Amino acid sequence: MKPGGIDLDNLKRDDAPPSGVERREFMKIGLVITGVFAGGTLLSVASNIRRAFASPEDVYKNYPYKPHYSMVIRQDRCIDCERCKQACRITNHVPEYGYRTRILEKDVPGAIGQKREFIPVLCNQCNNPPCVRACPTKASYKDKTTGIIMIEYKKCIGCKTCVLACPYNARYFDDERHAVDKCNFCFDTRLSKGEKLTACAAICPAHARVFGDLSDPASEVYQLVHQIVKPVWVMRPEVGTKPNVFYMKG
Amino acid sequence: MANDVQLSDIVKDVASSFDSTFASNWWSNVLEHLSGRKLFYVILGISAFVVFAAAAVGLDAMNIGYRTAYGVTREIPWGVLIGAYVFFVVTSTGLCIVSSIGHVFGVQEFMPIAKRSVFLAIVTILAGFTVIFFDIENPFRMALYNVISPNLTSNIWWMGTLYGAYMFFMIVEFILLLVGSHKYAMYAGLLGLISGVSAHSNLGGIFGMLHARPYWYGPFMPIYFIASAMMSGCAAIIFFTYLGYKINNEKMDKPMERALQAVGKLATLLIAILMFFYTWKIITGLVGDPSEVAAFKAELAGPYAVNFWGFEVAMGMVIPFILFLRSKFRNIGMMFVASTLMIIGIFMMRYDLVVVGQIVPSFYELGVKEYSSLLPYHPTFHEIMIVVGGMGIVAMTFLLGERVFQGHKSEIH
Repeated sequence: MKPGGIDLDNLKRDDAPPSGVERREFMKIGLVITGVFAGGTLLSVASNIRRAFASPEDVYKNYPYKPHYSMVIRQDRCIDCERCKQACRITNHVPEYGYRTRILEKDVPGAIGQKREFIPVLCNQCNNPPCVRACPTKASYKDKTTGIIMIEYKKCIGCKTCVLACPYNARYFDDERHAVDKCNFCFDTRLSKGEKLTACAAICPAHARVFGDLSDPASEVYQLVHQIVKPVWVMRPEVGTKPNVFYMKG
Repeated sequence: MANDVQLSDIVKDVASSFDSTFASNWWSNVLEHLSGRKLFYVILGISAFVVFAAAAVGLDAMNIGYRTAYGVTREIPWGVLIGAYVFFVVTSTGLCIVSSIGHVFGVQEFMPIAKRSVFLAIVTILAGFTVIFFDIENPFRMALYNVISPNLTSNIWWMGTLYGAYMFFMIVEFILLLVGSHKYAMYAGLLGLISGVSAHSNLGGIFGMLHARPYWYGPFMPIYFIASAMMSGCAAIIFFTYLGYKINNEKMDKPMERALQAVGKLATLLIAILMFFYTWKIITGLVGDPSEVAAFKAELAGPYAVNFWGFEVAMGMVIPFILFLRSKFRNIGMMFVASTLMIIGIFMMRYDLVVVGQIVPSFYELGVKEYSSLLPYHPTFHEIMIVVGGMGIVAMTFLLGERVFQGHKSEIH
């Protein structure tokens, strides 16, 4: 087994002490597991799925949606080129004063080596969406097929309660649409037209945004979320929103 | 009559009132002039002008777009307009609750305040609706989709619907009180009270059920909203009743004096309750998660400390509490001053409640550069004028009400 690309068997051999590279890699695994590198709230390796969903059954047996659209953000791969933002803006006609996705910047001055990391954020398409509960007119709703949180613009009264209800600052009022707007995984602009990826995932040069069907074992997002070697976490799990956007490193 | 008054007369009148203001006891002079016919119309004219100007500013805001006209942002989408809306509807609900002690539950002492309170409850809810009309981006869609696409899990939906019912019942009650049908007025009052309390606790629920916002989240908000509504109601009753008598240049009769004394005692009790609520909200908040602690620190010792200690605590609660006790509930003038201070302090309470709940960014605890500090919010001219317009509506309608309904004095048995 080579978790993280190092030969663990080699570490056990007394006659062949691990090389410096291997030792560093091994230390890194420890740090990842103990959460030192985690940008969001780290869920321990063993319970990463459980914390993100209500129960493990939610994940292993019943996906409420088909396809259950989901995104895994491989945080350490993001280089802040902002092509995702640009692609999103053009594809979804996002005005200059708003955004559906953005990249946050975190400085860790005490870190060894790399001292800055980038954290892409977008609507988490929660399974328990506070925005949908708060909307008085069902303008915001969770699509029964895909699980995407969508907005029926003509029903939006512009009270902006959903903007405050969202723990991820994913919503803004769009003057052109006369309604609150947010990421819908490019459903109207790409997915419904046969494209397999969102604009941001398609353009990302570092494959930091992995998009797919969480209920399909063949999908990359399925494989990334269901492995237990590398920690997977979600943003603000304490709010209990059960997001469908996951974060990981490595 | 109003059209008989020449502009020069008005100017002279105002000027002479200023002269005498500093000549002797300015306060009683102001009140004397308030009862004078001319000045009554001057103030009425000023409030009408304010309402007109505010309406023009509001329409301008609509025209140029709220994003440009208002100081609200993506991160702080609720500003002073929501604060003022909460202020007006809290006052309305409070007037309804406190006056219902008399005309719904039959406590004789509270009977004389009923008509004016019910009238003002309607006036203040209308002012609140007017202010929020200029905050909601598509108010006309609301009328349609609240009916054909209701979301029963939404507090906003319940609040809107119940406040609609509340206003209807209060208007029915007021008409029944006018025609002297007190038995049916009582039933309408009861329905108004039930819908008002439900609506108002739902307004608290809007804040209390946003679990992404630790400063607001929890059962405290709906409970606090009802308690502070009663406090606001007491202050409004004393404030407007006192002014009403000055305007009509009449001396209060014994039953009305006793009613105000009872309301004053209730106000004192409610201030004590609110101080207790505040204390525990702060103590629990300070051991909350980092973003909740940050909000409370901003309030206690940060950019909102003057609002909090100066307006909310000193003007809203502590000084009125002392004044009420010192008045021994007999000095109505002192109780009026206490109520005036309370109303100013309570306005700031609503503003802070709304704004401080949003100044800590959603991703505060993530430790990213973009959201490492508190977010700014500054009300713009457009926003402030609309709030002033809401107050103008209350002032104007109150003055007209005093004249049209002749001091709201028909007896209730």
